[in-house]
Amino acid sequence: MAKLINLTINGVAVTVPDGTLVVDAAKKAGIDIPVFCYHPKMEPVGMCRQCLVEIGRPAIDRATGQPALNDDGTPKLQFMPKLETACTNPVSEGMVVLTATEKAKAGQKELLELLLTSHPLDCPICDKGGECPLQNLTVEYGSSQSRFIFDEKQRADKHVHLGELINLDRERCIQCARCIRFQRDVAGDPVLGFYQRGRLTDIVTYSDPGFDSVFSGNTTDICPVGALTTADFRFGARSWELKQSASLCAQCPVGCNVTFNTRREAKSGGVMAIKRVMPRQNEQVNETWICDKGRFAGYHYTEAESRLGLDAASMESALSQAADKLAAAKSDAVFLAGGRLSNEDFYNLKQLAAKLGAKAYLYSPMAGGEYTTAYGLGAGSNLGDLGKDDTVLVVASDLYNEAPVWHLRLKAAAKRGATLIVAAGRATKLDEFASFVVRYAYGDEVETVKGLAGKEKIGDAIKNAANLVVFYGSDGLGLAGTSALAAACADLLNGKTGKVNNGLVGVWNAPNTQGAYELGLAPAADLKSELKGKTVYVIAADPAGDDPALADALKSAKAVIAQDILATATTQMAAVVLPAAAYTEREGTYTTAERRVQRFYLAVPAKAGTRADFAIFAELGKKLGVELEGRSALLVMNKIAAEEKAFAGISYARLAEVTAQWPIVGRGDLYYGGTGYENKLGLGVHLALALTPAPSTSGRGGQMRPKENELVAVPVSKIYDLGVTMAPAKLLGQRIGAAAVGLNPVTAAKLNVENGGKVQVQVNGVTAEAIARFDESISTGVVLIYRSFGIPISEPTSVKIVVAEKA
Amino acid sequence: MAHLLLRHRDIPNLDQLDVYVKNGGFEAFKKAVTAMQPDAVTEEVKASGLRGRGGAGFPTGVKWSFIPKNITPHYVVANADESEPGTFKDREIMDFNPYQFLEGLAIASYAVQANLSFVYLRGEFYYLAKKLDACIAEMEKAGYLGDNLFGTGFSLRLRTHLGAGAYICGEETALLESIEGKRGQPRVRPPFPAVVGLYSKPTVINNVETLANLPYIVTNGAAGFRKFGTDKSPGVKIFSLSGNVNKPGNYELPLGATFRELIMGCGGGISDGRKLKGIMPAGASSSIIRVDDTNLDKVLDTTMDYENVQSVGSLLGSASVIIIDDSHSMDWVINKTVHFFKHESCGKCTPCRDGNYWMLHLVERIHEGHASAGDIQLLKTVANQVNGKCLCALGDFSTMAVTSALERFPEDFHVGQA
Repeated sequence: MAKLINLTINGVAVTVPDGTLVVDAAKKAGIDIPVFCYHPKMEPVGMCRQCLVEIGRPAIDRATGQPALNDDGTPKLQFMPKLETACTNPVSEGMVVLTATEKAKAGQKELLELLLTSHPLDCPICDKGGECPLQNLTVEYGSSQSRFIFDEKQRADKHVHLGELINLDRERCIQCARCIRFQRDVAGDPVLGFYQRGRLTDIVTYSDPGFDSVFSGNTTDICPVGALTTADFRFGARSWELKQSASLCAQCPVGCNVTFNTRREAKSGGVMAIKRVMPRQNEQVNETWICDKGRFAGYHYTEAESRLGLDAASMESALSQAADKLAAAKSDAVFLAGGRLSNEDFYNLKQLAAKLGAKAYLYSPMAGGEYTTAYGLGAGSNLGDLGKDDTVLVVASDLYNEAPVWHLRLKAAAKRGATLIVAAGRATKLDEFASFVVRYAYGDEVETVKGLAGKEKIGDAIKNAANLVVFYGSDGLGLAGTSALAAACADLLNGKTGKVNNGLVGVWNAPNTQGAYELGLAPAADLKSELKGKTVYVIAADPAGDDPALADALKSAKAVIAQDILATATTQMAAVVLPAAAYTEREGTYTTAERRVQRFYLAVPAKAGTRADFAIFAELGKKLGVELEGRSALLVMNKIAAEEKAFAGISYARLAEVTAQWPIVGRGDLYYGGTGYENKLGLGVHLALALTPAPSTSGRGGQMRPKENELVAVPVSKIYDLGVTMAPAKLLGQRIGAAAVGLNPVTAAKLNVENGGKVQVQVNGVTAEAIARFDESISTGVVLIYRSFGIPISEPTSVKIVVAEKA
Repeated sequence: MAHLLLRHRDIPNLDQLDVYVKNGGFEAFKKAVTAMQPDAVTEEVKASGLRGRGGAGFPTGVKWSFIPKNITPHYVVANADESEPGTFKDREIMDFNPYQFLEGLAIASYAVQANLSFVYLRGEFYYLAKKLDACIAEMEKAGYLGDNLFGTGFSLRLRTHLGAGAYICGEETALLESIEGKRGQPRVRPPFPAVVGLYSKPTVINNVETLANLPYIVTNGAAGFRKFGTDKSPGVKIFSLSGNVNKPGNYELPLGATFRELIMGCGGGISDGRKLKGIMPAGASSSIIRVDDTNLDKVLDTTMDYENVQSVGSLLGSASVIIIDDSHSMDWVINKTVHFFKHESCGKCTPCRDGNYWMLHLVERIHEGHASAGDIQLLKTVANQVNGKCLCALGDFSTMAVTSALERFPEDFHVGQA
């Protein structure tokens, strides 16, 4: 614990830890000091000079070395002749800070006038208008008139595309470098920089494609003016028309807290429509950041044209048909549900399946949840607390692509001194920030993890770690591989289970895979054979679209009932289709992979002719003679809390509780932390660890490895793909790109494949075209195939690659 | 009197190693390395009273003593950016007496125990960089640079580094950023370079002329050095004289010489027989000294050292003395300086970036005769608005000429005819 320092700010006594900056100390005391370049999540640079204040420090008597005293015995203060910047000065004992004296106020006002000499007066057409720090601080600290002649303003380009996602208005930029520093220091993607100097200083991107970072949208939140704006919200609405709905991002298992900004508009037929996704502060989950997948793909699939819906009569008849089929099948029914369902949905589904005596499976490309429920993060864990003496191990996961905000947070943990070990079959972006990088040949995942403890430095880092967090993923692995890997990783955590900031985290591909496991669902080891001749009830999953073999298996089923929000290959072959409401249209909870249960709230009314999944299950239950809670998600959660040990004590009221967070963000403070929203509706609650005994960890190793002259395809993930929740995001089209395969140049040379060349991939009975991408970091004989790009791949399997005919 | 710094004016071909060595070259460095403890060198320089010749006049030995011994490695960087308009002394030293400068750099490196030191040159000095590289190669060949020098355990290597031609890179922290390959922009201080400098390591940054003094100090001791100059400003100084004088150029005089000696003596008086109107003793960053019939003698008899120039309302700075005669209006002069600062402002901090842009519009309007009565007052206001709020000293300096010209030459600023 740092030493505490006492000082006064505008006469208010403040006690803060040593090292706190004056600007933060003031904020904690509820005193605003205007800033533009300073941001509480980044190192101070003192560039904008807006935070000028008077600072007095106790004078020291040179002769005695003791504090000098006034005649009345009070400590003598020494003020600098110049105003000082509150953002670059740390507090010191006895300091007296004056932020609102005539001198300080004059300095702040003069600074604002200088800033505004270069700023256009286009607030009425600026997307930032109404939530603009420059606007707000000008009203508060500036002058209503400028002495600068408007005609002498410097003109600059107003429509610069830093990429297709972020627009730059060069006139509005005040050169605070928040965006540059965020990209360099927080995101670790240094793709922005300054060009030119003086009044000509410009923001430029030097990546191709422009602004190539999955965190780019955050720069628009922290931009203190309207210089950086997102392409998806461009001229979309005025900020003061927008309502806020607390929600979660459903694109990955991190569970970033977001706020949907909504408004009622003619374009949407007079109903509420989501206009944009903004981060909502949760310092234990996503801090004040979200990734571009969450921001730009975000909710768009819930608005896709392929949304399903039925009129009341058809819905009733569909429900009856489904109930009839299930009643007929009884224990011959198989439930197959994807990780997009909420905890409440999974719970009701489980009850319904149990009543029928039917099997219920999780549809997931990754297994190992039986370990994450038993070895998962202890309650109260926070990646933001990891630092010196702690160790984080990431195995078989490309977090930048699979769970970007974790990438950002682990990078920060490493910077704070945590030992970051990254073990993967290929180079990932996290390598740059790792203390140790372990490269293995695909197939050696389990052996590699088992061997870590025996390594000298890495073994010590794992054994001696004050806290140990292990992330494991499915890079190159299917169900069997991930299950074995999870077991091997869990072994490292023996003796640490249940402890705060210790545990095993699965890098799932869906927002609530962890919740499914917590409620007892798991994937089927051999799904295809489970489906044959059965009545298959598929919910929030598209097996037919993912894999022709599964489509065939579904064809061999007795009947298929499909429940989803979107039309998919699976709904198309279903006998009965039940249209579900999207998560933006209802309430519910997700369990993040960190085992935090979080609430999402209703943002927009449910699309006509849809119902929440848990309500559909309850409706079917009614017809099948089982009483399920279908009135509200809250009531379902009450039942879960009563019956599921891990969820004991959880209620919607508890989930909505908020404690004070730092830094302070929100509407009144947007000049300080950015336009991200403060969290008023819940930080979530960690689950208790499953009380089931530790599972056997004799996981089997020896995954498939290519033999001489053999090629093995392994599945890997890319952030932007053609999955059902991504594809409708029009703005990201360019970034998604075409199907590609990755292979070592040595492997490629044997096949006469060129980098960037077209190849034909023959895998899992499918022949597809793809672009070859060289990656020297992967083992020879291995072919990376990206999931959700139209080439079916769920497990490592043999593959044939031939150069495609040149057109 | 023989020159101390511009010795090449007395000794031909001093930029050749054999000539330099024949004339006592590297004796001082050898003496320091073989016969003196590093701290003893620092103490000697402290005792000599040598003050930084780049402009700030900070005592050199004191600066060295700030280097923490428990953090290594240490670096010495020679500031050869010399970008203040009106300054051209370092260029002459490096061009014609390069070894004396490099020997000084080597001595400084020994004193703070740096094994790798840099010469940072402005981009326009590429020909000097080439020359210094050749000199450094010669020194390496002759055994004055490299490992285990003079049979001791001390090793030293020197490197030149070219900037891309930016005024701001003369500011020491911007200079360090530039060497590190980043944009040349000043850093926030503290921490100071003596603790967190080049590559975040303790770093001494000295001006070329400062370093060129060191061989003399080591050879002749502090007392020998103090034979020149004044008690508080010992030693000699190269004055770069330019503007409306008959004989502009570099002149080496003891500190404490008078403006009269420099301008009327060395410089041969004001050109075209005109009257002296203003002096900018520190280049474009100067407060302009007003000279008229009432104070001509007082100004000319003012001694040029770090203390006394203040008595006529300016600072000695880098001693780049620009002479302005009565054919020039001060609105023209500050139009030039503001133009320069607007062009050279690095853009990192708001007051300098936006203030100079604004001031330029105002001075241009005034100079072109379109000013309103408010504009002249406003120019003063804006200059004050910038001064004291900038990230680095150079921003504040950009207002010196403006404020002083407006205050001391009000008759030169006219409201335009509409």
